[in-house]
Amino acid sequence: MARFTLNGENRELDIEPEMPLLWVLRDELGMTGTNFGCGIGNCGACTVHVDGNALRSCVTPVGAVEGRDITTIEGLASVAGGANGLSPVQQAWIDHQVPQCGYCQSGMIMAASALLARNPSPSDEEIDAGITNICRCGSYPRVRKAIRALASA
Amino acid sequence: MSKTDSKPKLSRRNFLLVSAVAGGGALIGYAATRPSRHQRANDTLADGGDRFVTSWIRLRPDNRVTIYVPHAEMGQGVHTALAMMAADELDAAWELVDVEQAPATDLFANDAIVAGLGGELLPEFLTGLVNFAALPAAQIVNIQITGGSSSVRYTGENSMRVAGAAARSMLLECAAERWGVAAEECATESSHVIHSASGRSIAYGELADDAARLEPPANPVLKDRSQFNIMGRAISRRDIPPKVDGSAPYGIDAHSEDMLYAALRLAPVFGARLASVNAEAALAQRGVRKVVELEDGYAVVADNYWRAKQALELVEAEFAPTENDSVSSAVLAERFDRALAESNGSRDFESGDADAALEDAQDVFEASYRVPYLAHAAMEPMNCTVHIQGDRADLWTSTQDALGIKSRVARVAGLSEDKVTFHHSYLGGGFGRRLPFTWNVIDHATLIAQQVAKEFDAPVKTILTREEDMRQDYYRPAVHSNFKAAFDAEGLVTAWHNRFTGPIQVPGAAHIPYGIPNQSIRVVDVETHVPIASWRSVDHSQQTFFIESFIDEIAHRRGTNPYQLRMELLQDHPRHRNVLQVAAESAGYGSGLPEGRALGIAVQESFGSIAAQVAEVSIGSDGRPVVHKVTCAMDCGWVVNPDTAEAQIESGIIFGLTAALYGAITIEDGRVVQGNFPDYEMLRMADSPEIVVHLVESGNAPGGLGEPATPPVAAAVANAIYILTGQRVRELPIGDREFTLDRSLAGNI
Repeated sequence: MARFTLNGENRELDIEPEMPLLWVLRDELGMTGTNFGCGIGNCGACTVHVDGNALRSCVTPVGAVEGRDITTIEGLASVAGGANGLSPVQQAWIDHQVPQCGYCQSGMIMAASALLARNPSPSDEEIDAGITNICRCGSYPRVRKAIRALASA
Repeated sequence: MSKTDSKPKLSRRNFLLVSAVAGGGALIGYAATRPSRHQRANDTLADGGDRFVTSWIRLRPDNRVTIYVPHAEMGQGVHTALAMMAADELDAAWELVDVEQAPATDLFANDAIVAGLGGELLPEFLTGLVNFAALPAAQIVNIQITGGSSSVRYTGENSMRVAGAAARSMLLECAAERWGVAAEECATESSHVIHSASGRSIAYGELADDAARLEPPANPVLKDRSQFNIMGRAISRRDIPPKVDGSAPYGIDAHSEDMLYAALRLAPVFGARLASVNAEAALAQRGVRKVVELEDGYAVVADNYWRAKQALELVEAEFAPTENDSVSSAVLAERFDRALAESNGSRDFESGDADAALEDAQDVFEASYRVPYLAHAAMEPMNCTVHIQGDRADLWTSTQDALGIKSRVARVAGLSEDKVTFHHSYLGGGFGRRLPFTWNVIDHATLIAQQVAKEFDAPVKTILTREEDMRQDYYRPAVHSNFKAAFDAEGLVTAWHNRFTGPIQVPGAAHIPYGIPNQSIRVVDVETHVPIASWRSVDHSQQTFFIESFIDEIAHRRGTNPYQLRMELLQDHPRHRNVLQVAAESAGYGSGLPEGRALGIAVQESFGSIAAQVAEVSIGSDGRPVVHKVTCAMDCGWVVNPDTAEAQIESGIIFGLTAALYGAITIEDGRVVQGNFPDYEMLRMADSPEIVVHLVESGNAPGGLGEPATPPVAAAVANAIYILTGQRVRELPIGDREFTLDRSLAGNI
């Protein structure tokens, strides 16, 4: 039995503890905003927050988040607050027209949100170190621009 | 896709109407050139007060307008750009415009992209993919392909704008008739027809019913650029809001409670056949429903993808040996070099007498280049969900050609095409991997679903792991290319001699714009067992690296500044000269640079646009090149949406730079070595250069933008490295090759 809080709701599932959180979210709960990219924790498309920290859910066994507080892209706005049902990071992503295909952007937004939560004014070097997600469309210049705008806001 | 609708019994009409409700929008499109579709649309789909007044455009009584776009949205902004083109000609108020993906039915086939354009206008990417002579006319017309940077150029210019203008003129006519005035006295503005003389105004929505009774004019007058209200503005993309809150559906997101998941392993050596399978251990695992054997692979089907994937590792299987089991990249490289040595190939382009010029030359300079196979590595791994129920099927997949894929699944499953329902989604990257004729995964998912359907009534989602996605791709071809240049006594370049390995996928990519009198460009086709297909910018990505490196080598050989040499040899190409000049000036070419940095330049025309790029590069303390900035001047005629255009250029540069620095798929024992991102590295934030974009409007017909920024960057970087180090990059990727600074060339930029 796996127990955790997901976007503020308690969840209890009869599931193998070694199943990665990603597949619990996607296949067991139908929460498809968190994406499968590489399966080895390298690309970051599956990034979620566990107790506010960015974590790659494709290599995080559900047993390792027992009793923890998990936020996915679907719950980010309600946790982080903001106008129009969007967190400030999500709004900045629209303002700067960041996503292209968009597949990596749930993870990118979760990574950027966690970075800004612990460091509200990251330098370029800190952005480089904090955002290691892959975007195959190359949205990096706009991700940087959006984070800079949030940092100076 | 809940259990309650798992056995839909829908007539075409019902399907269309149901879908209209489910999608929150409407449905029908038809070409202005094919009024029969127009009639069919309104006959079958009269829905309340909504009317389709012309191709792709549906008006609603509340004066909102829905524009249907027959292209896949994969982040290139095509939904927004094409709707802007139709809406502008329609004189619609942009805030009243809704954009919908055109459904995968023949009513929405995108004939503008191929039909009636004449051979010379056929998008070049299609000529490489399809043997049109062998296709029945109906199949050519029934196409919804997205690729070749063609959407704005062909569908936008020849269909969306025409449809918008036709609808506008019909609405104008209807209003004039209603008011009893001459149409010439009326005007349109913000989704209204107005009659200034009498101060009257009527909303388009009120005229929809009247307008739908008219035949759309075949040749409506299009706006002059000075009349544009929507085109040319940096309008926010409509597909972005759902991409920031996790709600945007990708093919891989198809979901239902009863869904089954398949993990697939295909023959690691392309073309190998499955010999034996022992599935006992896999079948004993929790959630596993079935192990499916295929000709060239096997799949585990379970109630959760992770369970399927874990059980797949427990299947013991063997593949039959093939003649390619010992093929390696080294073997292939030798085969390529031997082919170039032994054959003169076939003509790609010839002018003058290159052989004679080489014989008479004062100096002959030779260089050989090579680039490896590349995978597409779209972020959304290849996947396809199929639910077969008796004689019908539902299909969910991210694709660059919805109609093509639907027809393929019907054929593989032995179903009639009209019994297959395609469910649209966004694409998590395309780059050519999701074009037609790259059927693996789609075929396999269909065959798996067919087997599953014998025992279970459930949709089956087949997903490739990243490793399978990378090892079962259709790759950008590896190419070897040999060059010779002849110089006369004055140092003028008299001959350009080029032999490269084929096949050619996009004709003309190896041709040069440079004014060299004698040219001989020939291709030697080499067969391998490695499957190949289009990869963003297709042949241009390899050929531009070769051409723009060799022209740079020629300049250095002659002791001429590489920028100056290009300008000299491009006398007949003012658009090339213009973008070169804009990029060079912006990048600070010829002026002071920070210590230890150099600029490399390259230019290429592809897909109707001309891109010049300047890369600012230094050598890091580890001997590896650091790309600080890429400046791009792009002449794409004129620009529909400047912000989307810039985004596409940024994207294209990073895609090309990723390949130049890291990209290589290599073959050992007949199979692909790389499997995941550490082995097939991607450019990330920390390596991403500053990108400066200049959109240079020449007023020519709009060019493509999805691809043209990709080709030049590899040569621009390699050319800068040469200036810094005197070391010439003739093979990609640059990889972990180390360079040593050599100041002797620093003045020669």
